[in-house]
Amino acid sequence: MSALAGTAALVRLALRRDRVVLPAFIVILVVMVAASASATVKLYPDEASRVKIAAAVNSVTSTLAMYGPIHDETSSGALATFKMGIMGAVAVAVLALFLVVRHTRAEEETGRLELLGATVVGRQAPLTAALLVAGGASFVAGAGTALGLIAVGMPPAGSVLMGLGYGCLGVAFAAVAGVTAQLVKSARTAAGLAGGVLGVCYLLRAVGDASAGSGLGRLSWLSPVGWWQQTRPYAGDRWWVLALLLGLAVALAALAYVLAARRDFAAGLLADRPGPATAAAGLRGPLALAWRLQRGSFFAWAAVFVVIGLVIGGLAANAGSFLTSPQAQDLITRLGGAKGLRDAFLAVELGFSGVFAAVFGVQAAMRLCAEESALRAEPLLATAVGRVRWAWSHLTIALLGSALLLALVGVGAGLVSALQVGDSGRLGVIVVAALVQIPAAWVIIGIVVAVFGLAPRLIVLGWVALVGFVLLGELGALFDLSQTVMDISPFAHVPRMPGGDFAAAPMVWLTVIAAGLIAIGLAGFRRRDVG
Amino acid sequence: MNAAVAIEKLSKSFGSTRALDGLDLEVKVGEIHGLLGPNGAGKTTVIRVLLGLLRADSGAARLLGGDPWRDAQRLHRRLAYVPGEVILWPNLSGGEVIDLLGRLRGGLDKKRRADLLERFELDPTKKARAYSKGNRQKVALVAALSSDVELLLLDEPTAGLDPLMDAVFRECLVELRGQGRTALLSSHILSEVEALADRVTIIRDGRTVEVGSLAEMRHLARLTISADLAVAPGGLTSMPGVHDLRVSGAHVDLMVDPGSLDQVLIALTSAGVISLTSQPPSLEELFLRHYGADGAAPRAEQPARS
Repeated sequence: MSALAGTAALVRLALRRDRVVLPAFIVILVVMVAASASATVKLYPDEASRVKIAAAVNSVTSTLAMYGPIHDETSSGALATFKMGIMGAVAVAVLALFLVVRHTRAEEETGRLELLGATVVGRQAPLTAALLVAGGASFVAGAGTALGLIAVGMPPAGSVLMGLGYGCLGVAFAAVAGVTAQLVKSARTAAGLAGGVLGVCYLLRAVGDASAGSGLGRLSWLSPVGWWQQTRPYAGDRWWVLALLLGLAVALAALAYVLAARRDFAAGLLADRPGPATAAAGLRGPLALAWRLQRGSFFAWAAVFVVIGLVIGGLAANAGSFLTSPQAQDLITRLGGAKGLRDAFLAVELGFSGVFAAVFGVQAAMRLCAEESALRAEPLLATAVGRVRWAWSHLTIALLGSALLLALVGVGAGLVSALQVGDSGRLGVIVVAALVQIPAAWVIIGIVVAVFGLAPRLIVLGWVALVGFVLLGELGALFDLSQTVMDISPFAHVPRMPGGDFAAAPMVWLTVIAAGLIAIGLAGFRRRDVG
Repeated sequence: MNAAVAIEKLSKSFGSTRALDGLDLEVKVGEIHGLLGPNGAGKTTVIRVLLGLLRADSGAARLLGGDPWRDAQRLHRRLAYVPGEVILWPNLSGGEVIDLLGRLRGGLDKKRRADLLERFELDPTKKARAYSKGNRQKVALVAALSSDVELLLLDEPTAGLDPLMDAVFRECLVELRGQGRTALLSSHILSEVEALADRVTIIRDGRTVEVGSLAEMRHLARLTISADLAVAPGGLTSMPGVHDLRVSGAHVDLMVDPGSLDQVLIALTSAGVISLTSQPPSLEELFLRHYGADGAAPRAEQPARS
């Protein structure tokens, strides 16, 4: 039997399983990228206005870190895609890595692959099918994006390069996930590892792009996300950089195949060590169990947040240091000098930290749903543990965990910033600026709990809400949405700190809304059927 | 109160599917009660209603004198549950799971735990993801059986166990009954219920079709009679209550309804009985009577009683 036998059938199975989510994801992505490009061009119709805004973008550290530079300040395409271009690239990478884990390790972990493996399915067929599906989806998303951008009037060459870039980056991260899926036994961990690689790549690019001109600027070239950026669509169209992404994809895929051939079915590269024969005295309640189940993930997140804190603290000192253009000088003055620039940078980055903390909170709270549908809630609820007490277990991890992550990023950024400025007072200011993000993150967690209690099948709405709020904040102004609409997002109500004034009222309101959503969710969960 | 479980006219629908349709069930304190039914009959749904995981649409359910939905937490201290499909936390060891579930229930008997681990030959240091289906089942069984509880709710508890372990499970359950504990044992494995249960409730399509001790059910069921006679018998063909009659010379095989036994015996003895064997129905036969050979609709002359 060939090692690839059955690949075609597995590809069809994967497409059948993802027939709704996959097309929906791609369509939304294409529409977002094309529509935001079109709206940007309408906002800056002539070259003078484009150059002015592009120069401003290129001179603000926070936008450089978040989105990277606009390589050609006169190019309408480069300006039109500077935000959604890279966000779309990251979305494609996330899609690809999730697809690969979903159709390899997750199938193996649940035992479904065993059922298939007993039929005429070759040893390497599952990995091959997953890579084909993920790679195919990435290139389809890329082709759609290219067509969409051309349709809204972007130059064809740059649009095609943008689309090919999406495809190549997607294939590269599909291969990353192909490797991590061989290393560990848990699909969750495999996806987490691959996502972590993506995060590190983004961070390297962010530090590199925000430190352009200094030695650190080269860091962008260590990152596949940086390579994607260096294809420079609409701003020089460097096609050859795509070869780097494809080369990486081929190398990693080869590594994944070697690893897959060397390991047993359902095994990782590390054998399971035996566990304790009796439970530790502390493992005596649902909260202790939830912590036991989530602590590994939390520690990984905590490490990431500490690094992000240190990095943004360090980058804040750069803010404005390489601003020479008159527009930028003008901007500095308006923002209140170098300190104002630093504060503005930190406020933006801490705002994004709030979103990331919400991501942790959402996935931690969604454990409730995962445990229930995996039938692992049932044996617990058949003991003297009540439903509400069980629900609070994972919920506590979500709420306290997200708060603690924000404290960590605040302390990290605050310490570095305080050392650089030589003002110990900065530490407290920045920690507070990080902590004000907490209530908004809690509102998102509240939405997850409410959906869990009322309609657990629709739990994905938790992610939809989070992504929707982020897009509202990112693109609302571009599409000229009214403030009332933008105010739907809890993140819109977070005080812009440091720099801005602390406002207690929105903190209280957001917390009350989060508490109300949690109360609704728990009340619903008490009333509904379990399982 | 001498009913550990009392269910009357319980109904539960999932969308358009009627999982329970007016089901009755009574489990007396101190008995092992078999809940028999084919796949999809509603066995798991009944148990999940009793656990307060599902809320019934209509009907009454009492568990240990309490309301299974409202008093769930209080009642759960007094019972232990073995699910039909045991899914564990992959990175916890079997021993950790046993202790955790025991503690959440309000404590477990350490001596009994050690004894059961030995009898079930279970290694408690393995991580749950490394256990086979049978070993996961053993984890749930050890956790439940080592708890000091009044009532055991067992949903097809021996699925995946090998015959040796099956025997260990039966011993354990009989011991527990000896201590005055109660068990509700759902199963489609007839020999298991036959060996263990004091009384049986047979359900089908969410309804109770038969309740009683096996002795009572046998009373209702046809006997199989095989006899060698002196001469060929007369009159059996037209006799009411006789089924599947086969006569070859002076040898007779037939099945007879309990009410017609007397007349059949009179007819047989009048032909001169040389040898006679009669067999009570096995549970398999009782089962087939209610569900048909392939679990399809019951035979026309045996309408299900509800």
